[in-house]
Parts: sequence; structure tokens; C-alpha cells
Amino acid sequence: MARIAIDPITRIEGHLRIEVEIEDGVVRDAWSSGTMFRGLELILRGRDPRDAWVFAQRACGVCTTVHALASVRAVESALALRIPRNARLIRNLIAGTQYVQDHVIHFYHLHALDWVDVVSATQADPAATAALAQSISDWPLSSVSYFKSVQDRVKAFVASGQLGPFANAYWGNPAYKLPPPANLMAVAHYLEALDWQRQVIRIQALLGGKNPHPQSYVVGGMAMGVDPNSPTALTTRRLSEITELTTQAQDFVDRVYIPDVVAIAGFYKDWAGIGQGIGNYLAYGDFPEDDSGQPAGYYLPRGRVMGRDLSKVEPVDQLDVAETVTSSYYSYDDGDATPKHPWEGQTNPKYAGPTPPYASLEGFDKYSWLKAPRYRDEPMEVGPLARMLVAYASGHSDVRAGVDELLGTLGVGPEALFSTLGRVAARALETKLLVGKLAGWQAQLEENLATGDLAIADVSRWDPASWPAEAQGWGLEEAPRGALGHWVVIKDQKIANYQLVVPSTWNGSPRDAKGRRGAWEEALVGTPVNDPAQPVEILRTVHSFDPCLACAVHVYDPAAGTGVEIRVV
Amino acid sequence: MTTFDRGLTALLAERGVSRRAFLKFSAAMAGVLALPPSYAPRIATALEKAPRLPVIWREGQDCAGNTEGFLRASHPTVANLILDILSVDYHETIMAPSGAAAEESMLATMERYPNEYILVVEGSIPRADGGVYCTIGGRTFESILREVADGAAMTITVGTCAFDGGLPAAAGGPTGAVGVSQVVPGARIINLPGCPMNVQNLTATIVHYLTFHELPATDSYGRPLFAYGQLVHDQCERRAHFEQGEYVIAWGDEGARKGWCLYKMGCKGPETFANCPTVRFNDRTSWPVKVGHGCVGCTMPGSWDQMTPFYRRLPPPPPFASEVTADQVGIAFVGAIAGLAAIHGTASYVRKRRQDRAERPPATQAGPAPEAPTTIAASARLSSDGESNGGLD
Repeated sequence: MARIAIDPITRIEGHLRIEVEIEDGVVRDAWSSGTMFRGLELILRGRDPRDAWVFAQRACGVCTTVHALASVRAVESALALRIPRNARLIRNLIAGTQYVQDHVIHFYHLHALDWVDVVSATQADPAATAALAQSISDWPLSSVSYFKSVQDRVKAFVASGQLGPFANAYWGNPAYKLPPPANLMAVAHYLEALDWQRQVIRIQALLGGKNPHPQSYVVGGMAMGVDPNSPTALTTRRLSEITELTTQAQDFVDRVYIPDVVAIAGFYKDWAGIGQGIGNYLAYGDFPEDDSGQPAGYYLPRGRVMGRDLSKVEPVDQLDVAETVTSSYYSYDDGDATPKHPWEGQTNPKYAGPTPPYASLEGFDKYSWLKAPRYRDEPMEVGPLARMLVAYASGHSDVRAGVDELLGTLGVGPEALFSTLGRVAARALETKLLVGKLAGWQAQLEENLATGDLAIADVSRWDPASWPAEAQGWGLEEAPRGALGHWVVIKDQKIANYQLVVPSTWNGSPRDAKGRRGAWEEALVGTPVNDPAQPVEILRTVHSFDPCLACAVHVYDPAAGTGVEIRVV
Repeated sequence: MTTFDRGLTALLAERGVSRRAFLKFSAAMAGVLALPPSYAPRIATALEKAPRLPVIWREGQDCAGNTEGFLRASHPTVANLILDILSVDYHETIMAPSGAAAEESMLATMERYPNEYILVVEGSIPRADGGVYCTIGGRTFESILREVADGAAMTITVGTCAFDGGLPAAAGGPTGAVGVSQVVPGARIINLPGCPMNVQNLTATIVHYLTFHELPATDSYGRPLFAYGQLVHDQCERRAHFEQGEYVIAWGDEGARKGWCLYKMGCKGPETFANCPTVRFNDRTSWPVKVGHGCVGCTMPGSWDQMTPFYRRLPPPPPFASEVTADQVGIAFVGAIAGLAAIHGTASYVRKRRQDRAERPPATQAGPAPEAPTTIAASARLSSDGESNGGLD
């Protein structure tokens, strides 16, 4: 039995350490450790609740905007505010754009290098690459000369001896299965996506002033003026720019991203049987399609799928979320194993790991800055796969059609969804569905403005003097990485308690009081590792969740054993 | 021969960038750097001869927002290539290898290019409790930073956290977070605060370094004057409305629709030095005031304490301050008092002082207050999908 530590896990947001025990080329056990803590929840105490979203948004700069939205929703919930239709639609547009841009970046820039061998691309025949590209899509950048030019750039880069971010990677590892032409095609699209993403995200700049960290939210709605007749408000010109960018976004998703996922997945079908994980899936649901504020009106539904049983959807109540800290670097006043709902949540940092510098977390009961959230005491997986499964089990027509088509194309059954590859596919499908929603929300916004409804914020409770002495609220949301919740307690116009339970806390959770692993840990068990010094297989499964550690803090309960070899790889 | 030894011309040609596009970029950079247009050819010449600079980008207590800002580098193609011709040898968020292989990439660059590589730092450094609040590869971020800053030609801090501790250093933060200059005071540091920084300013700083072989002129906070030399308020497109007394007084009101001044909604533009109004973000698309929200002062020292509450109106600004820099303003500007070594004691003193000076909060202007929803807390506990969850959950 060899125990290895991988730290840092790169191509994620934040600082993550994974330790695994490997026997006979297979991961037998895993520990996920978040290694950074900032104390956002403590910093928020005593501040103006209307300021909270600006602070909370900084939980993450990659999944930017999502914490701002969860935060204003939490305070609006506490103050019983209902936002105007214009604000709802603008928020949908900002959040939907985030999904599309973030998922594509994840696939090409954070995950692809686990599947695509950049060096192999230099050996490809550009003609074969062009033939492959043209066989899967009518995307215009697919000529022999185009791929030749990309290859020349890559060759020059490799020949320079300065490989920059591509140095010291696992190129040539037998786990890479793509033939050279497919590698070259993927590298070309890696570069194209880099250009594409910064264009598409301009939608957020048009609606939020900038990205990352757009700045147009306010508690009660949005700050911007909307008036088709005012050149300084959200103008027709800005709206038509958004239309143009949305078209560009949809084009790339339909003609590059989706065909690439299908093509690459075809070479890695064995990964439909790896990384199954916990098998419990939680989705809060999101993208309100009406102004009722009720989850029944969401485009993506709320619910749980338990034990991989797609025949029924269990209900979700925010009151059933609780966290423990038996394996986390925190202490609770009344015992670390006491499940605490976020309104009663405590953030008392208390480091109890090894003194740095350290080589292993083995032997430490507490091993992460992540808490251990549970739903009715059960560990859950959240994210695009959870959303698609809950929607599928709910009979959501768009999702059913999309999932069935994808499974048919790949020639695999529904059981393939519960896997590393399933997460990749679910993320792609979700992107396709949401990019298709953007134009509709924009059209509804324009129609509503045309009726003369220019309301953008409910300012009836802007004055803190109008608030009750005590109030508490919650803001549930689906962030690109999964179910996100902010909980706030307000006393005397100030924040008395603020807690975030974020997607990567669910997925990256350490063991709970009963010793049950979190989603990443569980998914890693059973993962084959060809060469522990090049743990590309471990990265595949961890990256399939799209970890985001800065959010999560607010990934090992060592199996005691002697003679365990510890290596840091 | 490595790329490091080659000029830019060959690289650009390989990448299909036209000479014209390149010169246009050089002219734009001269603009950002506030240099006369006549400098554009000099910039172009310097860049053409520039070697490919190795870069080590380290992240501490960060949110990767500056990394994302970096990925949004505008001026399609050319600016991206300028950044591309930097050899980004270590950057956790984008690099292919993980674990020890990743750390090897950094060590290789440190050994191969001593005193030549550029260090970029994103995020703050926690110093409390032996640095346990941020470890990478089992080492504290502080120990990594000390090691890597030692051999750097210069250190660029991106974002407010690396500048002065930023958000983790705000009141209530338990981790003892500080900025880079407090950990390695002797290093050649240039600070690009902002949450996140504007990537145009990062590009311009690098271009300046390659062109003139020195750091751009800075204020006493180490911020380049070309980017942080003027008040937001004095460059603001809504300034005329301030002069005319036309203000937004409630979200969505007539003033909001007509693009009036956000001073009464708590805009921090009158006390914030930054070039957001002129350079804007995301390919010059927009900036916060353009979409109707006030500046939150994120480029200023101690901003998370000094500039909050965000919606409280500032004291009246001086009539016209466009010739003033942060250094000259002195005590009138709280940022200048707090300084780079802002500690909580000083910060709270300043905050208190500000509160004493401040007018009553703008909140009182938001229209008639409705009856207070006194029963929310009780009913919200009962059901997560009920009416009490006003609007959206």
C-alpha cells in the first residue's frame, strides 16, 4: 500500500490537497483537504447586510457573480422583498452567461489537459485533423492549413524549450488515449475558447459593469436604470450587443464544445464506469421563469435523487441542511459532531493539522478547512450532474431529450451518467440548454420594457429603520458548480451571523462524524492509477467536479497503519 | 536557441500578427501609460527586441479573480500575445502538472533565470498561528513567497489582497493577513490594487518595464501613477451631473434612468484613485458607474473597512482635485492615513473619524418606509418554500 499526496491540485480555483492510498494500481482510500482559510463569515459580522453581497462575491473570482446573487437573495428573503420582473430577467441573463462561459472554460482550460496530450498534437497529420473536425461539425475553422498553422505554433512553442504552463506535465502517459489528430483539434479549440470566453463574458460587463465581480446588484433588485428611451440606461444598443454575443456563444457551444465532448468521450468510454461517487444528488434548482418566487417556477428544478434511483425525486427543505466539523479545522461550542443548521452555524477556526512544512496528513483526525455539510445526515453530490439527474427524474422535457440523445450518440446506458464521464457530459448538456435560454430571457426583458414597466428594484425596505429588530433569511441558488446557499441573521440592522454552504463544501467535504467520506473522496475510491508519480487519473475524477476551494472554505481521516509509504508527488 | 533569446518580431510573425496591428497596440499602450503618442514607436521597438520574460504567478489567500481578469485581457490577439510571450512557468489555475511536478516548474525557473523572472502575486499572506491558514505543498504561503521573491527581477501584486491584505485583512478577519510588501519589504514591488485589478494596467506595467527597463513612476503606495494618479470622481462620465446637483436618490428613480451622479448613493469615486472610468473593463466595455452602481473604492488601502458601509454618503469632496495625487491629498483622504501598514487600531480610528464627519446615511432618502415585517423571522423558520421567503430563494 502506497500513500501519496498531490498538493497543489492545479487547474482548479483555490488550494486543494488530495492524499490517496493506492494498492495494486487502484485507489483504495482518499482524503480531500482544503488548505486555505480566509474567514469571510467572521468578517461579515457586524456589517450592513446591504453591503454583504460585495464581500460575499469575493468568495470566488472564477464562479464570480454567484455569491453576490445568493447574498442579495438571502437578505431579500430576510426582508421579505420581491424583486421586479426586469431585475429577475437581468439576473437570469447574468447567471446564465456565467454558466456558459464557466463550463466552457472548465472543459478546455481546466479539464482538457487530463484527456488531451499537447505534445502528441505536434505529431498529427493536419489533413487527418481537418477530416476529423469536418466529420463532427460544420465549424468553419477546420481547413488543413488552419490546423497546420496551429500545429506550427505549438511546435515552435515546444521547440523553444520554454513550455510555460505546459511544462512538467504527464505527456506521453499511456492513460492518454486520443490519436494525434484529435489532440491537435482539441489544442486548436483550447486556443479558440480562450479568445471566445473573453468576448462572451462581455455580456456581464454590459449588465454588471465588469467581470470578474460584476457590480450592479443591490438588495431589492439591480442598480442600473432601465429605460429604452434613455441613452444612459440599459439601451437598445447595449441589448443588441448582448444579442450578438449570445449568438456567438451559442454558435461555439453547438458547433465546437458539444461535438468535442462527444468526440473525446468516445475515446474514454471506460470512464463511464469510474468515479461513481456517493450516488446521492442534491439540486436547489434555479432560473426563475415567473415572478412567484416559488421553486415550481424554476427552469431547473429543485429536488434530490437518492441512491441513484431515477424513478423518484425527493423534496428539499433548506432547514434540513446542517454541518459538522469533526474532521475540519474548526470547533463547535457544543461539540464538533453536533449538526448545525447555518442559522446557528459557527465558524471558530482551530487548526489541528500538522505543523508546516509537512509531508502527510496521516494520523490527524482533522484534516481540512472545509466543513462537512449533510442533508438529513446524508452526504450529497452537487453540480451539473446532480441538476441534470434531478431534472431527468422530474420529467423535465428539455433535459430528458438531451440526456437520451447524448446517451444514444455515445451508445451507453443511463448508468453511465453516474461517473467521471457522466459529469463531463452533464456539464456540456447543461451548457447547451442554458445558452439556448439566454435569447428568450432577453426577449422577455425587452417585451416587458416595451409595456412601460421600468421597475428595477424594490426600495421599500432600503432604509434599515424599516427593518424588524430581528430577521433571518436564506438565499438558495444553483451556481455552475452546484447547490449554493447563503444564510443570514440580522439583528439591529447589522449582520449577526452569516454562513455559506457552497458547492465545493458539499463535494469536497471531509469525513463526517460517522466517518462517511465526502463526494470527491468517495469518487476517487476505485480509480485506477497507472503510475503514482503521474496521477493523471486522479486529476480526471477530481476535475470532473470542477472544484472551487476558495468558495468551499469557509479534501482524510487516516486509516491507521504501519509501514505505509508516503510520497509527495 | 530558446525563445527567451529571440525577439518579438519572429514570434508575432509566427502567430500571424500583422505589423499594423502591433503598432496600433503600441499606440494604445502609450495611451494607457499616459505617454505622448510619439512614444508609440519606441514602445514598438522595445517590444520587438524584448526577450520572453519568465513569469511565476503565485496565489495565496485569493479568489482567483485577478487570474480571471488576466484571462480577459482585451485588445484581442495582440495584448494576449504580449502576455503570451511572457513564459508563464507557474500558475496554479492554468498549469498542466499538479503536486511536486508543479513545484518543480517553479524551481526550474528560479534556477534558470535568477534575478530575471517576474513574480506576480495574487492574494494575501496569513501570518497568524504560524501561517497555517494557507499552505501549498505542505508549506506556508509566507515561506514560499519569501523564497520566490528573493530572486525576482520585480514583484507585481495584482489585486487588493496582495497589495495590503485586502478582504482577509478586513476587521474581523482572524488570519493575520497582510500584503506582499509587509512580508518582503526589500523587494522591488509594484502594486496594482483593485478587486480585481484591471488587466490593462498589468499589461501596461509590463510594457513599460520592457520599454524603459525600469518600473513606472508610482505613488507612495507603490501604485503606478499612470493608473492610480487621478480620482475616479474627476474622470467620471457622470461628473457634470454632480456639478449640476443632479443625483440618483433611490434605485430605479428618474436619476438612475438618466445616468445622474451616484454620490448620494454612497459612491466612493470622490476618494478613490483609479483609471476605471477611462480604461474601463472587458475590452473597454463598461465599468460599475456606467451600469448605475457607485464605486466601492477597491483600489484604496484598507478599502474593506475604510470604504464601508458602501451606501453611506461621503463627506463633500473638494471642488476640483484633478491635479492631486493620493500622496498630496494627505489627511483629507482616509486611504492616505491608513497607509500600507494598516492595522486594525489605525483603521478603526479612521473609520470612527469618518463616521463622525459623515452626513446621515443615504438610506433615509429611499422613500417612505413601509410597515416593518416583524413576523419574518418566525415564519421563515417554518417552511423553505412559503410566502415568507419574499421573492426568490
